[in-house]
Amino acid sequence: MQVTITVNGAKQTHDVEPRTLLVHYIREHAKLTGTNIGCDTSSCGACTVHLDGEAVKSCTIFAAQADGGSVTTIEGLAKNGEMHPMQKAFMENHGLQCGYCTPGMVMAAIGLLNENPNPSEDDVRVGLEGNLCRCTGYHNIVKSVLAAAKK
Amino acid sequence: MSITQDRVTTVIGKRLLRREDPALLTGEAKFTNDLAIPGALHLALLRSPYAHARIKSVDVADAKAMPGVVAVYTGKDLHSTWAAPMPCAWPVTPDMKNPAHYPLALDKVCYVGDGVAAVVATSDAAARDALDAIDVVYEPLPAVTDLEEALNDKTVIHDALGTNKSYTWNLKVESSEGAVDAAFKNAAFSVKERYVQQRLLPMAMEPRAVAAVPQPFGGDITLYSATQVPHILKVMTAITCGIPEHQVRVVAPAVGGGFGSKLNVYAEELLCVALARKHGAPVRWVEERTENAQATIHGRGQIQHVELAADKDGRLTAVRIRLIGDMGAYLQLVTPGVPLLGAFLYAGVYDLPQAYDFSCTSVFTTMTPTDAYRGAGRPEATYAIEVAMDALARKMKIDPYELRKRNYIKREQYFDKDGKQVGYTAFHGLNYDSGDHLAAAEKAMKHADYQGVRKKQATQNVPGARKRLGIGMTSYFEMCGLAPSRVLASLNYGAGGWESATVRVLPTSKVQVVTGTSPHGQGHETSWAMIAAEKLGISPDDVDVLHSDTAIAPLGLDTYGSRSLAVGGVAIAGACDKVIDKARKIAAHQLECAAEDLDFANGVFSVKGSPDKAVPIAAIAFAAFTAHNLPDGVEPNLEAQYTHDPKNFSWPFGTHICVVEVETETGKVDVLKYVAVDDCGKQINPLIVEGQVHGGVVQGLAQALFEEAVYDKDGNLKTSNLAEYLVPAACDVPPITTDFTVTPSPTNELGVKGIGEAGTIGAAPTVMNAVIDALSGLGITALDMPASPQNVWKAINNARGGKK
Repeated sequence: MQVTITVNGAKQTHDVEPRTLLVHYIREHAKLTGTNIGCDTSSCGACTVHLDGEAVKSCTIFAAQADGGSVTTIEGLAKNGEMHPMQKAFMENHGLQCGYCTPGMVMAAIGLLNENPNPSEDDVRVGLEGNLCRCTGYHNIVKSVLAAAKK
Repeated sequence: MSITQDRVTTVIGKRLLRREDPALLTGEAKFTNDLAIPGALHLALLRSPYAHARIKSVDVADAKAMPGVVAVYTGKDLHSTWAAPMPCAWPVTPDMKNPAHYPLALDKVCYVGDGVAAVVATSDAAARDALDAIDVVYEPLPAVTDLEEALNDKTVIHDALGTNKSYTWNLKVESSEGAVDAAFKNAAFSVKERYVQQRLLPMAMEPRAVAAVPQPFGGDITLYSATQVPHILKVMTAITCGIPEHQVRVVAPAVGGGFGSKLNVYAEELLCVALARKHGAPVRWVEERTENAQATIHGRGQIQHVELAADKDGRLTAVRIRLIGDMGAYLQLVTPGVPLLGAFLYAGVYDLPQAYDFSCTSVFTTMTPTDAYRGAGRPEATYAIEVAMDALARKMKIDPYELRKRNYIKREQYFDKDGKQVGYTAFHGLNYDSGDHLAAAEKAMKHADYQGVRKKQATQNVPGARKRLGIGMTSYFEMCGLAPSRVLASLNYGAGGWESATVRVLPTSKVQVVTGTSPHGQGHETSWAMIAAEKLGISPDDVDVLHSDTAIAPLGLDTYGSRSLAVGGVAIAGACDKVIDKARKIAAHQLECAAEDLDFANGVFSVKGSPDKAVPIAAIAFAAFTAHNLPDGVEPNLEAQYTHDPKNFSWPFGTHICVVEVETETGKVDVLKYVAVDDCGKQINPLIVEGQVHGGVVQGLAQALFEEAVYDKDGNLKTSNLAEYLVPAACDVPPITTDFTVTPSPTNELGVKGIGEAGTIGAAPTVMNAVIDALSGLGITALDMPASPQNVWKAINNARGGKK
């Protein structure tokens, strides 16, 4: 089947199998590998992207469901060579180590601030509960998100 | 910026932001499964659904006919491909039993997840779809999931071995024969405890991934793998696949965490290589999370019998340890050695006389093989001694901190009578190179307000209290910086423990550091540049760090065991020294003076006493490149390679304290505060050090409260995905208070130790001591990990006599 999705601002049309998940579409058809796959139960959040402005786990959605929609991936955040404030905050606060969960974590964190621009530490911890990180113990991730909220 | 301008005088110790981050934050970093490899075939593995079964037949005909399928192989089809079985590099005893282990099973499967057949297809989906069409007839056999039962050999897993016992390894140290028995006989106090180190799943966020790319002619092959150990993998691939070693190149692209689980040589790596050669095309494989749970090594898996003897003041007089180690179905790369890495640490940071009796018997079970997982043997040892110390304190009715203070090796014991730091030679002969346990503990006490919590506890933990307060501590020693090669020889390990570095000053004075370490989240690129910048008197921005590709960094022993800085970082400093020595000769020639008359500071050679007679190392680099005017006998170019073999392990230490509240009605444990005071010697980059502590602590805390690989009696892994296996999320864990004492290691010139595993080593016993402390007023003195609401509630209910 054919789907037309705007990915990071550019409209693309691809033939996909109906069973294609959005994450596979992003990685294999749109050829953007920044969105990672970390599990098979929609538990880890590594594949989080924005669909029509909302943070979603792209493994829980078929590409067909995103037909006509607009997707932003981690590659679409930086503008004119400048990282997004959330990306900068992660760097400045050592909010990443191996970096595998990071694209999904950053996308989820931006989604969190969109909904709650002034979160408490607890709000951040609860808000990111769908995104797993094995390296940082979350301490500096939380710090990063709170720092980005202050910007 | 050139070397001569904008000199940086002190780089080490600064909180430099990581140069690794922009690529990882923007999606530009390429993990193995991100690599575009035109024409690649995809591998999928059919895995055993049985823990233990004979393979009666495998029918692959229907699978071969599936669309996109190129080939299907059974273990027997590929048997002649292997020049050797899969490697175990650590035969810990001469009589250790090690069953032949091949990438695909031959006649028998020995755990759920054991590979049975391999499909090669034109897409990943086609390969996986075809797995369902393979028809295997199994004859199920009884599963063996209980370590104590495994030892009675009622069901023998590997027929050819005739037993499930792999080995028994002993470490008995007595001042005179019978010292341990005598100490227990004469002990004023003693405790005898049994602890279970539950199996854990490492769960690096990036599942494993492999791609083997053959060259069209000549037989060379490049193996891309999400591995911590490209160098070890290269040697082992050559040996097991029968390929001349110089034709194998291994590359570890961006690697998304390891924690020991990528410190191995796996079936899928060897299968990709063998099948790529067979088909003359690239073959790639990516692991699903469920496969990761079943077919990537597990951690821990021990039953520990711990006995402490003490005199009337509580001073330890003997330690006796009996372990049963769960090897799982086969021995992977260092499986049998893991308990040995802890064998020297069951007396922790305490001043034990020569009365130590350690024995470990390891057994095969029908579960996924175990191997090194963050801390490997040392968290288990630390847990045993530290939880047992609390048990001893309860028995003596004294405060656990008071008991520890009476037993700490004292600061002055690390110094000789002339005040020289000579280290403390422990009962087993190893030299703990530095320590100040009381200083670290005092600092942690202050952060945690230990006395304040004790006071609050007295008022809060009244009969009927619904929330009980607990505080627990751990003082740990970590034996890391793996490792002095001669010590490894004495433990019968199959390789050395050195690390290599090359430092190369390019003609334009930019510097390349080539390291044999292989980072996967630790920030080596940032820290190694800092070391070279400090040594050479230049900016870290002028230093590039190359790693994780055996064609670029041919010599190395990779990253594990908190070794990278204490061995690999020190190797970089050594290579810099050699570069400076060579540059000094050239500078002396140019300045017409003797080499020994030159000072070197801030990247500039100057004549002692005549600072205006000077030449920067940048100019020397260009002179070395043009080679127009070099002294006789000096080779062109400014480059040096240095291999560092450490004289000793590195010995980080510290004290962690945890405050918890336990809800008696639900069994839920809330961590109110976690304090980690660590001493990893001199810190290259404190920002990175703190990050390592945070992550390590949460991984140890997760063992204490959440995680357990649960098998049913038939040997099925019930926690085989991230919905069932509780890797904590941000809301499950507390913020971590970190602080440090700095006792430089006298073993290496940088004064550094290691920090990657310390948090994990300290955290599990700290949290469990706090939980048991909260419940001790209810008569609960022991609790198995994880202290999940269910387990805690059961313990409370049992203590109440089961009535509720």
